[in-house]
Amino acid sequence: MVDTTIGAAGVIQPAEVKDVELYHPKSWVTKYVFCQDAKVIAIQYAITALGIGLVALVLSWLIRLQLAFPSSFSAIGPTDYLQFITMHGMIMVIYLLTALFLGGFGNYLIPLMVGARDMVFPYVNMLSYWVYLLAVLVLVASFFMPGGPTGAGWTLYPPQAILSGTPGQDWGIILMLASLILFIIGFTMGGLNYVVTVLQARTRGMTMMRLPLTVWGIFMATVLALLAFPALFVGCVMMLFDRILGTSFFMPAIVEMGQHLKYGGGSPLLFQHLFWFFGHPEVYIVALPAFGIVSDLISTHARKNIFGYRMMVWAIIVIGALSFLVWAHHMYVSGMNPYFGFYFATTTLVIAIPTAIKVYNWVLTLWRGDIHLTVPMLFALSFIVTFVNGGLTGLFLGNPVVDVPLSDTMFVVAHFHMVMGMAPIFVIFGAIYHWYPKVTGRMMNEALGQFHFWVSFLGAYAIYFPMHYLGLLGVPRRYFEMGDMAFIPQSATTLNIFITMAALTVGFAQMVFLFNLIWSLFWGKPAGSNPWRATTLEWQTPETPPGHGNWGKELPVVYRWAYDYSVPGAKEDFVPQNQPPTPRAA
Amino acid sequence: MADAALVDPGIAPARPPGWRGIVTDWSSDQRAFKNVSWGKAMMWIFLLSDTFIFSCFLLSYMTVRMSTTVPWPNPSKVFALHIGGVEIPLILIAIMTFILISSSGTMAMAVNYGYRHDRVKSAVLMLVTAAFGATFVGMQGFEWTKLIMEGVRPWGNPWGADQFGSSFFMITGFHGTHVTIGVIFLIIISRKVLRGDFDREARGFFTSRKGHYEIVEIMGLYWHFVDLVWVFIFALFYLW
Repeated sequence: MVDTTIGAAGVIQPAEVKDVELYHPKSWVTKYVFCQDAKVIAIQYAITALGIGLVALVLSWLIRLQLAFPSSFSAIGPTDYLQFITMHGMIMVIYLLTALFLGGFGNYLIPLMVGARDMVFPYVNMLSYWVYLLAVLVLVASFFMPGGPTGAGWTLYPPQAILSGTPGQDWGIILMLASLILFIIGFTMGGLNYVVTVLQARTRGMTMMRLPLTVWGIFMATVLALLAFPALFVGCVMMLFDRILGTSFFMPAIVEMGQHLKYGGGSPLLFQHLFWFFGHPEVYIVALPAFGIVSDLISTHARKNIFGYRMMVWAIIVIGALSFLVWAHHMYVSGMNPYFGFYFATTTLVIAIPTAIKVYNWVLTLWRGDIHLTVPMLFALSFIVTFVNGGLTGLFLGNPVVDVPLSDTMFVVAHFHMVMGMAPIFVIFGAIYHWYPKVTGRMMNEALGQFHFWVSFLGAYAIYFPMHYLGLLGVPRRYFEMGDMAFIPQSATTLNIFITMAALTVGFAQMVFLFNLIWSLFWGKPAGSNPWRATTLEWQTPETPPGHGNWGKELPVVYRWAYDYSVPGAKEDFVPQNQPPTPRAA
Repeated sequence: MADAALVDPGIAPARPPGWRGIVTDWSSDQRAFKNVSWGKAMMWIFLLSDTFIFSCFLLSYMTVRMSTTVPWPNPSKVFALHIGGVEIPLILIAIMTFILISSSGTMAMAVNYGYRHDRVKSAVLMLVTAAFGATFVGMQGFEWTKLIMEGVRPWGNPWGADQFGSSFFMITGFHGTHVTIGVIFLIIISRKVLRGDFDREARGFFTSRKGHYEIVEIMGLYWHFVDLVWVFIFALFYLW
């Protein structure tokens, strides 16, 4: 007992700032609607992101139906198809993945894991959600405008994005750009909060090198987002002016339907550079939180400390920095100076080094661990294999010589769905199964979870493995139908039907997941405060779900890193971060 | 905007000088930047993000200036004024730049007086800063009007590349918006200073957090940033 106080006063620095005073909600509205508590904001973010993600999921079914059974559905025309693929892509990447990882998990986990009472500026944090919601509503509105949403492809390349041949030229593109601008404004308000909270509001004893990797991943992803979104913001503003005011930032001289348009002198490549200066870090904005979360899931469910914690942190930082140097590997066929290809291929392949460090460390964490095949663990394991798969095809596409023939084929679609579609979404599922008990106080149903996992995991491979093959055959992406192209064999059609069947099955499994989410809220097994016997601070809160201010009267004090599992000589097979060192016999 | 606890510079543990000190701070618990409050840290990081926005705008302007095949209008002719029968190039822009840079001086003084709790001087200096800012925006308005009267539009102008007008209105407009937002907040904060909100730590209307004189400095960070950005716009758009 004496030693604990020595530990607290001697080894651990006294608090540098006084404890904060929180805003205490006075009514139902300020408690649940316009709420400043990061945990409620996180749930609002998550529900909105999952809601709009559901729309994108349904769009993917329609895309698949059209690809498997071309011209069998009178309701799906070429225009609709282009709109579906555009909105599917944009919603999934930005409004679901980015918002859920940073707005959802970031808001919930950062304050709890660093031992803070809330984000540093709860009011700004609240505004962040409401601007995000507005962005989503503007996006949804584009479905109901004359001409429908834009069909420019999620990359929104000008000149075609704002010309009359592209669906949604009237309103769709305007609302899309406006929605993105709003999203970026909203995200910036939240993102500033996440970064400052991690840097400046950690509890006593919580050094940067004791942060759980989840926090490191989300923190670094937020830094990337704060530096990458400006490029998209500028691109959106300029394209909006091109569309509304008739400026020619991105528009060269163009003849459309025999008419010389009033545009001239702009640079379409400029947009591609701006877009991908955002777009490539965006891949890591989605991937880094997944890296972080998966490290924690694996360590907890294998009852072993993460292998090479410091290397894991540095890998996250190095990947983040490199992600700003590789953007034009998306542009090998764009007509930019071919010599750039050499530079961008080199930087791209260099990223494989820190990424490989992470993968090896995950595997070495599992090595001789006490692996519990719980649902979160299954999803974490599936992330590793899926990510390795997608990462390896990334090495193909990073090389200009291999990329040029594969550009704009189904191979690319298969690659990025594996690496930044399936892999991060598996982590999201794993993370939801893992932290649901903390958020609600109840476990999610294990049997339904296992069903959800196996159908999603095997289904994902059934969908995307054949797609690589289609891509190697030369089947182009974004085409409404193939028609009678001589180089596409009949078997490709059969394969397309198979992929669609798999996709619909996986889609059905997601309904089971949603059912589980709601069912467990009422009838799930009560979880207790630390069902996974985990070490990190969020499991050590006095209440479950954590109350307003997270920690009751006293802030926790951290004495150790986040990975003290199976420590020899310890009473339990885990030692929480806030457990003082045991008194030495003397 | 900030609670007493939030701006409390707090106790910073002793640390070695130079780079070793930085390493010590970053490997310590609680805070990476010792003696930096949450509000100030947040403003710095926001400004970093905003720097990327302005950089993208300026790089895009330079790119379209190179991509267009039509000659670029000569800025020193376009932005010249006839005064007393003489054509003086860039005279208005020179005055605007002078005013904006002067406003940084008054802002810095306002911060100083704020920390001395000299309410009147601090508030007056902030209002002077706001007035300089408003004058700047007003002169920008004059410049816009003059150019629009001469036929400059975002989609074209009488003298050359269409991108001239597009970039001009977009970049100066975006910067002018920043200045305008700054002026509004300067007025709001100077009112709070004058009323003594920060002496009695009155709570914010929206945030319900205690006010503190540090907000004057945070406001100043933003204002100096907006001035600094103008220097780049001046150099790259008007002088090039």
